[in-house]
Amino acid sequence: MESIIFAMFNGVLYGMLLFLLASGLTLIFSMMGVLNFAHASFFMLGAYFAYQISEGLNFWAALFVAPVIVGLVGAGIERWGLRPVHRYGHVAELLFTFGVAYVIEELVQMIWGRVPVPYEIPELMSGALFTWQGFDYSIYRVFMLVVSVAIFVALFALLTYTRIGLIIRAAVSDPVHVATLGHDIPRIFMWTFGFGCALAGVAGVVGGNVLGTEPAMAIQLGPIVFVVIVIGGLGSLGGALAAALLIGIITRLAIFYDYGLGSLLLSLGLEIDTTGLLRDFTRITTAQVAPVLPYLMLVLMLIFKPRGLFGTRDV
Amino acid sequence: MLIGRLTPWIAGAAALIALPHVFSSGFALTLMSQIGLLIVFALAYNMLLGQGGMLSFGHAVYFGLAGYFTVHYLNFIYEEQVPYIPVTLIPLFGGLVGLFFGILIGYVSTRRAGTTFAMISLGFGEMVTALTLVLVAIFNGEDGIQADRVLGEELFGITYGPNIEVYYLIAGWCLVCTLAMFLLTRTPFGRISNAVRDNPERVEFIGYSSQRIRWLAFSLSSFFAGIAGALHAVNIEHVGFEQVSVIQSGLVLFMVYIGGTATFVGPIIGATLLYFLQSTLTGVTEAWVLYLGVLFVGVIMFFPGGLAGLIAMHQPIWRVRARLLAPLLIPYSRFLAALIVCVLGCIGLIEMLYFRSSRLSTETELVIYGVESDPFSAGPWFIFVAAAAIGAFAVRKTYPSAVSAWNTAIADARARPPG
Repeated sequence: MESIIFAMFNGVLYGMLLFLLASGLTLIFSMMGVLNFAHASFFMLGAYFAYQISEGLNFWAALFVAPVIVGLVGAGIERWGLRPVHRYGHVAELLFTFGVAYVIEELVQMIWGRVPVPYEIPELMSGALFTWQGFDYSIYRVFMLVVSVAIFVALFALLTYTRIGLIIRAAVSDPVHVATLGHDIPRIFMWTFGFGCALAGVAGVVGGNVLGTEPAMAIQLGPIVFVVIVIGGLGSLGGALAAALLIGIITRLAIFYDYGLGSLLLSLGLEIDTTGLLRDFTRITTAQVAPVLPYLMLVLMLIFKPRGLFGTRDV
Repeated sequence: MLIGRLTPWIAGAAALIALPHVFSSGFALTLMSQIGLLIVFALAYNMLLGQGGMLSFGHAVYFGLAGYFTVHYLNFIYEEQVPYIPVTLIPLFGGLVGLFFGILIGYVSTRRAGTTFAMISLGFGEMVTALTLVLVAIFNGEDGIQADRVLGEELFGITYGPNIEVYYLIAGWCLVCTLAMFLLTRTPFGRISNAVRDNPERVEFIGYSSQRIRWLAFSLSSFFAGIAGALHAVNIEHVGFEQVSVIQSGLVLFMVYIGGTATFVGPIIGATLLYFLQSTLTGVTEAWVLYLGVLFVGVIMFFPGGLAGLIAMHQPIWRVRARLLAPLLIPYSRFLAALIVCVLGCIGLIEMLYFRSSRLSTETELVIYGVESDPFSAGPWFIFVAAAAIGAFAVRKTYPSAVSAWNTAIADARARPPG
């Protein structure tokens, strides 16, 4: 029981990190129709900027400055890169962001090298906050959870109760109409893109030191974020939250409880095949299939409910 | 009429036969073999992207899985567990494997087009890549699987031991597949596939199911990708998870898009050029992937038709009179000169930045354009920044005159009757 709670805690933490990425991605997608393939690259940039800033100043400066820089980089890429490509259609825009993801990964390697950089958890928060039922709940992980929940609440409040949020929600559902009311749609697109990238940057700042800051971090996390927004339903923030938590918890539980089909068959008193080509199906354990699980969920979702959990429009 | 249509094919076949006699080194032979099978893969990919309007981030799945099955089949033949197939026909087996997985996965993924299709293809690509690392018995993890392509003598004493025989195997299959894919574009299916790309709604109205057309196009494309994968397995005698990974999928996307998706020859140009650059540059520079990415982004932003699109832009001019191209020469070469100065400057800067960041190579000297450049002194930095800045300025200045020269030429060509 205690271990379930601990695994759930880690799952929720990972899920909230995924949500920080997925919320920006789904906001950009539902407003502009652009699936930002480079979204996880901005997550990576957040981590690297935070590393650089915390080398010079400290972690707290990084927490506030790095996402702003990432957001400005994102807005710049939208303004001078994506906007000219807009006239060639959505597929060209998607291809553009795919190319940008490659370029960012290579630039990061050019500046910081191919090996991971030592981006550490701040010393102040390196200990355990409390120990409960034999498991250490570290201060930093609790802090991560607090930050991501705070951002979720702030994002929700911003979209629901402010005038900017009203315009953004209107632009999501009908950009042409909003433009006729006198709003500068390209500028809204640019700042939404930058804002979404900044959210990914926050995830990079708080997650980079736990997950490891290295050039491959974007390509490892990127596809999973896509899975999150498809399962949640494209354009739905609530769906993104639910799907992110679902994937976070399931993958962490699968790693934590390392069961295999083989041990199940053995406990039922059945013979298992340990030499043939199919031996893997009895040998592999849930921890080994954990990386495959999100994609399996994606496929099942697309077969049985193509709109996703809370999707209102066809994907 | 028929002779005129056959000319490019006969010329292509003659070139494929003659090439190994012109470039006979071992490096050139491996290079040409690899390019030959990548042309098949790129053309198969363009059946999706260019002709069917489906952007896939996971087409290497069919290429790679066909490779795995081929390697297993070769090993099984060696152990005499399965019926014997001559190695000459092994690519057909790979194609059927690709077709099988194309039908299976295509059924789910072709339900949607556009962005969603792209996302699903990425999901399948990631899933299969992850599975190759999990299912060790079938895919053998990160090591991959070896095979021996020499199974004994076949027709005319061919054993596929020497590389030249494998080259001719690949060249032959490349020619047959290219012809088959070209003829497919001329069938009613090819036309309706284009229609599904351009306007799926209208296709539904004239009585076709656009989803079925996409499924069929996807399956056929996977078939040819499978042939390419089997050829790769026979050529390298090894297959690993890299062949199914998103990196391989991205590479074929780059080849096809940079070559040009709108024409049939675009992917052939792209595959040849990019693989040639890749195999020659990876030894020289660390930054090859960066250059590739920048080139790709540049193509999307400035000439979305790709290289073949650039050539096709000038086709209406030389069709009318080749002499009309002459006034383009000076503005174009001015623009190109400016571009080259700018690019050379940027390359110098990138190489020095890479050199500074890679801690492994601090012992050796950095040589750029045959000159030893010290990335820790100000001189080379000044020169390269100046070159990049002057080049960029000149590019901006010369670009409008190049465009207006083309506009004048095309207006001239349209004003004259063809003759």
